[in-house]
Amino acid sequence: MGAAPEKHIPSSGKDSAEQSSREGPAKSMDRSGSSGLTLVTGANNSGAWKRSIFNLDFGFRGLMLLAALAILVIVALIIEQLLQLSAPAWHKFGIHFFFGSDWNPVSGEFGALPFVFGTIVSSLIALVIAVPLAVAVAVFVTEMCPKPLRKPISFATELLAAIPSVIYGLWAIFVLVPLLRVYVDPWLMRYFSWTGLFVGPAYGIGMLAAGVVMAIMIIPIISSITREVLSVVPQHQREAALALGATRWEMIRVGVLRNARAGIVGAVILGLGRALGETMAVSMVIGNRPEIVKSLLAPGYTMASVIANEFAEATDDLYLSALMEIGLALFLVTIIVNVLAGLMVWTVTRGTPRAHVQ
Amino acid sequence: MSVLVVGTLRAIFAYLAFKGAGSLNWAFLTQTPKPVGEPGGGMANALIGSVMILGIASLFGVPIGIGAGVYLAEFGRNKLGQLVRFTADVLNGVPSIVIGLVAYGLVVVQQHHFSAFAGGVALAIMMVPTVARATEEMLLLVPHSVREAAFGLGIPQWRTTLSITLPTARAGIITGVMLAFARVAGETAPLLFTAFGNQFWSFSANQPIAALPLQIFAYAISPFDEWHRQAWAGALMLVILIVGTTALVRFVFLRRMLEGSR
Repeated sequence: MGAAPEKHIPSSGKDSAEQSSREGPAKSMDRSGSSGLTLVTGANNSGAWKRSIFNLDFGFRGLMLLAALAILVIVALIIEQLLQLSAPAWHKFGIHFFFGSDWNPVSGEFGALPFVFGTIVSSLIALVIAVPLAVAVAVFVTEMCPKPLRKPISFATELLAAIPSVIYGLWAIFVLVPLLRVYVDPWLMRYFSWTGLFVGPAYGIGMLAAGVVMAIMIIPIISSITREVLSVVPQHQREAALALGATRWEMIRVGVLRNARAGIVGAVILGLGRALGETMAVSMVIGNRPEIVKSLLAPGYTMASVIANEFAEATDDLYLSALMEIGLALFLVTIIVNVLAGLMVWTVTRGTPRAHVQ
Repeated sequence: MSVLVVGTLRAIFAYLAFKGAGSLNWAFLTQTPKPVGEPGGGMANALIGSVMILGIASLFGVPIGIGAGVYLAEFGRNKLGQLVRFTADVLNGVPSIVIGLVAYGLVVVQQHHFSAFAGGVALAIMMVPTVARATEEMLLLVPHSVREAAFGLGIPQWRTTLSITLPTARAGIITGVMLAFARVAGETAPLLFTAFGNQFWSFSANQPIAALPLQIFAYAISPFDEWHRQAWAGALMLVILIVGTTALVRFVFLRRMLEGSR
């Protein structure tokens, strides 16, 4: 990348720019002023500039373009690989793959319904627990928190997001599960077993444990996006509510939350997207039993967990292909959920600059 | 309710420190796993393995990410730029286990064996969108007047970007890279069937290799107390590394930088 190639093509605009910069600032202002303007506006690539095949600007831009295209290529490869490797299972089972409830690798029957059920139920539990907590934290931090406390709380919440999934799983196995087994499950069974949702032996390990761990993991995401959304609500909305005689809580409910509704829903869906893809912590506490049971205290199985647990031991191609198909389904669902959530958050925070790197 | 949330965080950290500190000793850091039932042994091979995998991942992920970020910031005010941005966000949201599946198909199936390289590729795919978005945002923070001044002096665009704009945004880009690094350092799922894990020392990029999160996972779900103890020690190390990096980056560098640029 030296200056040598350019010297052979005297008419290139870039070359004249280099020469003029060597002549000194006064003269360079004249000649390179125009090329400088051209580059800044970017509207027309002046012919002289583009004529040289050794043009380094072109090469540099091309290189960066390659890097950007790499992202597109990666996603294309993801889709291609998933489709290609799950083809055998798709040909054999078709759409009934997702409606059969029999997962029997030994006999070659693969029905993915237990995993779909497990994923949905555990994610729902996680949302039910996480959303009130996350929105409460966000509201507290933006509306009611005394200034000095604001940073530590948001700091702590973001640190929760940084903890790797295995460590949540480790903590869940040795702290959360015994807690559930000894205190929470028997209490739930005693008072709520009439609902049919809390029956069965109190293993501790099961859907509820997975849901609780997932909840802890998605609280930071929902909370931080809700905070962003709430901070965009114009101040005059709050003042108007107060002027009409609302109490603090009413002001928050009417003036702020109602305005930010779409954004909060978007944040929740984004949290759902993260929960759907959560693998490790869930695999460690969900019990890994591919059955559809009404009780929340029973072991279950999620789509991500079955891939994590059984992939390395899949004995034949059909087994592997069935797991790939589950992966494909997971991929599609996560994309749809994330895009939907992104759209909702974007419509609320449109145009406002983000204060920090994601 | 925030007390509940923050309290949970403190409780997790405290418990981790309490359980892990007792087992974190020199033997842990320098030995490979011993057979089940024998006391002692460590996760040294997992530490080295993690370093190798993360090195390979950074080798591929960081240049592509920075390059994409430069394109988006400097040349990307067009439809292609919008598409790339959208795709990067999509890629960011793909579950890590699916990325592991893809790396399996792309590398392991072609090579017919598990390898550290495959694990590195999987983690690199995960690093690219984070690094690209961070680079783009940091480059956009550089005032346009700096670039215009460079153009006015006759410096071509490629030189401006390389010698002026990028160094100005250097601190922010480094923090973005560190954040991406911290994120993938804790990932287990993509490594489950790419790097696969290894009980012995391995320094080759073409063989299965142990990794810290993998080892923690394997030990945690085992029925042996000794291994549980070691899992806690490994977890403590991982948490200190990752959460420490994240906290440092987010709340020291970023705050200082953003306050300075206003």
